[in-house]
Amino acid sequence: MGIGLTTLLLIAALTPLGFLAYRLGRGKALATVASGVRMHSRPQQYGWYSVVWMGIPALGIAIAAALLSLLGVIAPARELVLIVSIAVGLLGFAYGLKAIRPEVRARNALDNVVRYLLLSAALISIITTVSIVLSILFESMRFFREVSVWEFVTGTVWSPGDTFLEAAGRGDEVGEGTSFFGTVPLFAGTFMVTAIAMATALPIGLLSAIFMSEYATPRQRGIAKPILEILAGIPTVVYGFFAAVTVTPIIVDIASFFGLDASYSNILSPGIVMGIMIIPFISSLSDDVINSIPQSLREGAYALGTTHSETIKQVILPASLPGVISAFLLGVSRALGETMIVVMAAGVRPNLTWNPLEDMTTVTVSIVYSLTGDLAFDSPMTLSAFALGLVLFTVTLLLNLVSTYLVRRFKQKYD
Amino acid sequence: MERRLTGSANNAMIRKRYRREARFKAYTITALFVAFGIIAAFFTDIIGQGHSAFWRTEVQVTLDYNERAERIGRFALAEDMREIVSRGAVRSIPLEIRNNPELAGIQREIWAPAYSRIDQYRKGNEALSPELAAQVEQLEREGRIRTTFNWAFFTSGDSKLPELAGIFSAAVGSLMVLAVTLAFAFPIGVMAAIYLEEFAPDNKLTQAIEVNINNLAAVPSIIFGLLGLAVFINTFGVPRSSALVGGLTLGLMTLPIIIISTRAALRSVPDPIRLGGFAMGCSRWQVVRDHVMPLSLPGILTGTIIGLAQAMGETAPLIIVGMIAYIPEAPSSIFESATVLPAQVFTWASEPRKAFVEKTGAGIMVLLAILLTLNATAVLLRRKFERRW
Repeated sequence: MGIGLTTLLLIAALTPLGFLAYRLGRGKALATVASGVRMHSRPQQYGWYSVVWMGIPALGIAIAAALLSLLGVIAPARELVLIVSIAVGLLGFAYGLKAIRPEVRARNALDNVVRYLLLSAALISIITTVSIVLSILFESMRFFREVSVWEFVTGTVWSPGDTFLEAAGRGDEVGEGTSFFGTVPLFAGTFMVTAIAMATALPIGLLSAIFMSEYATPRQRGIAKPILEILAGIPTVVYGFFAAVTVTPIIVDIASFFGLDASYSNILSPGIVMGIMIIPFISSLSDDVINSIPQSLREGAYALGTTHSETIKQVILPASLPGVISAFLLGVSRALGETMIVVMAAGVRPNLTWNPLEDMTTVTVSIVYSLTGDLAFDSPMTLSAFALGLVLFTVTLLLNLVSTYLVRRFKQKYD
Repeated sequence: MERRLTGSANNAMIRKRYRREARFKAYTITALFVAFGIIAAFFTDIIGQGHSAFWRTEVQVTLDYNERAERIGRFALAEDMREIVSRGAVRSIPLEIRNNPELAGIQREIWAPAYSRIDQYRKGNEALSPELAAQVEQLEREGRIRTTFNWAFFTSGDSKLPELAGIFSAAVGSLMVLAVTLAFAFPIGVMAAIYLEEFAPDNKLTQAIEVNINNLAAVPSIIFGLLGLAVFINTFGVPRSSALVGGLTLGLMTLPIIIISTRAALRSVPDPIRLGGFAMGCSRWQVVRDHVMPLSLPGILTGTIIGLAQAMGETAPLIIVGMIAYIPEAPSSIFESATVLPAQVFTWASEPRKAFVEKTGAGIMVLLAILLTLNATAVLLRRKFERRW
């Protein structure tokens, strides 16, 4: 019996049972009320009360069995699970019906059931985070058993390619130490692309935000803001195409005009395009922050005779600095984790350079390239993706935490 | 000012400050217009790259169902047309003859799609050898070559032949992935938000969940791909490349977005509504179900649509769970290998052949049209139902 069929049979059995439980439970309550006895809750609540007594234990058993077999602890026969769960459902059905009495607080019991159902949904988010951390940590530890942490952090050569032979089961043909997992060039590339992106996004985003919140009329603002937000809705794969097909050739042409030699997978082009992608984050966050500066600060400055721009530069911006920094950090965290733009427009060759016209590769590119194609989950190349992911996750998490902290401090000060 | 200035010196100072003021304002306007210019250039560029893929060249040819064509379809074409007509157009002729034996020996005229190089030549993207160019010229004069709307782009799946490649299978894959994402993230997200906003006591657990959701929303998408790979594929054995694993992965990614926007929608319902319900003797769940939820539904739907639009444009986590396979036929279930629109765009973008550039552009145009429609729907929904209490 397949898992789909079992689920289908279970639902097919429990649905009419639930319907019956509701009708009978409500009927019993209605009869009690008709006989002149006051009941605590409404009749339909007693109906739902018996549905809960029927359904929850039965589903609980089915779900527990499914989880146990998925995790490979024990794998009970599906027929057995089906029969036991329906039997438990019937028992619960009988008990629930019998338990309906005037003094039973069905309404309160239902509220509690609902509360715990909702709580379990909220816990899924915690489970997600925990499983992200655990899965990445677990695979990274397997990686660090084969590659030393020191080499990973300080090595300047990244060439996991030779482990390909190992993954193909020809490990003995490879001499020792032919694959290198030094991440310095990858982080250099990521740093470079992030720096270029922020150098593009920060001035444009911040100045646009200043215009929208300080100079624009409500009408201009109502037009400008949604237009800027179009940028946030464009998929990254589209930006990647734009960078690779349009921006890169332009950059190469401009560079050759000045007599410079630019690579066709130079890091400048994905950096600039990534900056374009980040503009709306910077502008809308800064806009919010500048708007929440109390009007009294502005008026105080005007009263001292400052011009509008002097007020902005000497009062508003310093006051909103924590918020702007937080927007900046969020932008950095997005740039670090951005994948498609660099996969499509940046190089794959690890390269340690200061020249943005050369090709460089990034952490996310290496993750993608080590996980596409045939996967062998015991090769260091595949596992290296998880080690890189661990670093990426930790860094972005820290940036987000600092950024939220700064915003909260800012809000406390002015709200 | 430290010094007191009088007369003309003072005026000069003020004029300087006013000039500085004008300059600063000009900077901010320039920044905004640079951004607008980029947006305009971006859309012009994409449309310029992609619009031609919506048209294709067709050639009128005589198919000769002769004996050799029973084995190799290309022989149904006159020799001088073999370089002109798409190989894909005649590939199925042997099968056709096998299924309808009465076809053997007859001839018939059809309009067949042209070989991609001919198509690209007529669109001015590629050069042809002088002989072929002359032949196209000849066909042009005889009226045996035409440009029609490329319906095949919407009705066929991916192909190694650019003139036949379409987005249909990717669109079906996208729909399946979105369906899984919605089925997973919508109920759980709304339930979690209701718990946090309406039921949760203010304790350590609630705070932990809140911090956690906010951070989850900012985790790079590629990390969700690693999670999907390690948990769904490796631990739970969900088939790699399937719409199911893609949908679940994106579901986890969309979950915090739905939770955050649902909470905002619930929060915008004023407390007197709840208190009124309680005063009438409703339980908390009754108040939420019958009063708060209906009032906040437009907000919840708006947030969900925005979350789905984001999921629909996502590529990186799907690459990690293997959804960039070559999928010529639309998948028929969520357990089969599938690809999605942005992944299709990515696949075409990595094709070296020039004819795929316009395909990529056209795929992007379709994707952007869908996403803009979704986002516009969300904005309209919010405008129409937004209530000021």
